[in-house]
Amino acid sequence: MSTEKVTVMEDIYSENDRISDKIHEKLKESGIYAVNVLGAPGTGKTSSLIKMMEGLKGIKPYVVEGDIQSDIDTVKLQRMGIETLQINTGGACHLDAILIENILSKFDLNQKGILFIENIGNLVCPAEFNIGEDIKLLITSATEGADKPYKYPLAFEKASIILLNKSDLAPYVDFDRDYFEKGIRALNPDAPIFYVSAKTGEGFDGVCSWLKAKL
Amino acid sequence: MHEYPLTERIVDIAVKTAREHGASRVSAVHLVIGETSGIIPDSVQMYFDLIAEETPAGGAKLIIRQIKPEMHCPECNTNFVRPRFSFACPVCGTLGSPTAIGREFYVESIELETND
Repeated sequence: MSTEKVTVMEDIYSENDRISDKIHEKLKESGIYAVNVLGAPGTGKTSSLIKMMEGLKGIKPYVVEGDIQSDIDTVKLQRMGIETLQINTGGACHLDAILIENILSKFDLNQKGILFIENIGNLVCPAEFNIGEDIKLLITSATEGADKPYKYPLAFEKASIILLNKSDLAPYVDFDRDYFEKGIRALNPDAPIFYVSAKTGEGFDGVCSWLKAKL
Repeated sequence: MHEYPLTERIVDIAVKTAREHGASRVSAVHLVIGETSGIIPDSVQMYFDLIAEETPAGGAKLIIRQIKPEMHCPECNTNFVRPRFSFACPVCGTLGSPTAIGREFYVESIELETND
C-alpha cells in the first residue's frame, strides 16, 4: 500500500459560487437587477421593500421571500399585485444559490426589472452565501442599537448600501449615530448609509434614486 | 447550523480527489478555517465523522488549522490581529479595515492511501 498527500486548495464555497455566477448571468441576460436583502428579524425588510417598490414605480418588481416558516410576507405582497415566490427553508438560517436557482425557474422573467431576494432574518450567515445578486442591501434599525456593525462585521462589510430603518425612533432609544457610522466606515468606506422609516416613508427617495442609478 | 451542508462539500471534495487519484481510501483531510469565517470547527468535526462514514473517507482524520483574523491599520500601515469586539489598532487606536485573513474556509490537502 502506498500513501500520498495531494494539495487541493479548494474553497468550500466554490460550488455555491459557481451556481451563483450562473444565476447572475441568467438574470443579466433577462435584464434583471438582483438585490439580496439582508437584515435581522423584525428590522423591517418587507416594509422597506414595499417602500422601495413604491418609489421605483414603472420598474417591474419580482420578489423572492425567504423564511424559515410561513408565507405571511408573500401573501401580503401578492395581494398588492407583486409577483412573489416563497422559499421556506424549514430551519436553515440562510438562502443559498441552489435554492434560488430552483425557484427562479418558476418565474416568467420576460420583463426587465428588479428582483428583490429577501433573505432569512439573520445578520450572520446570509452574508456568507452569494445567491446570484448584483448587490447586497443591508437593513438594520435604530431599535437594534448602534453596535451592530461591531457585532456582525461581515454583513456590514459586504453590503453595497445600508439602510437604518426606524430612524424616526432614534431619539427615543439613544441611538449613537457617530458610533454606528464609525463602525461601518472602518469596514466599508464606500457604501452609502440612508436613514429611513418604512412607517413614514422618510428617506426612501434617496434609496430609490441610488437604486435607479444602478439599473 | 449550516456546517452540515458545508461539511458534505468537504467530504465530496475528499472523495472526488481520491477517485481522481485512483486511491482506495482517504486517510486525512487538512482543512483551514479562519476564525471570522463563521464556521465552528467542532461542528465540522462532528458532522465530518458522520457524513464520511460509508464513503472512502470513512475514518479519515480531519486536521483543522485555524487562522486568527487580521485587520489593516491605515495609520501604521501594518496588519494587526483583530481584538475581540473591536476594530482598533492596538498601537495607535485607529480603526482598522478588514482583510481576507481570518475568512479562510478551504481544503488545503488530502492524504490518500492506494492499494498497490
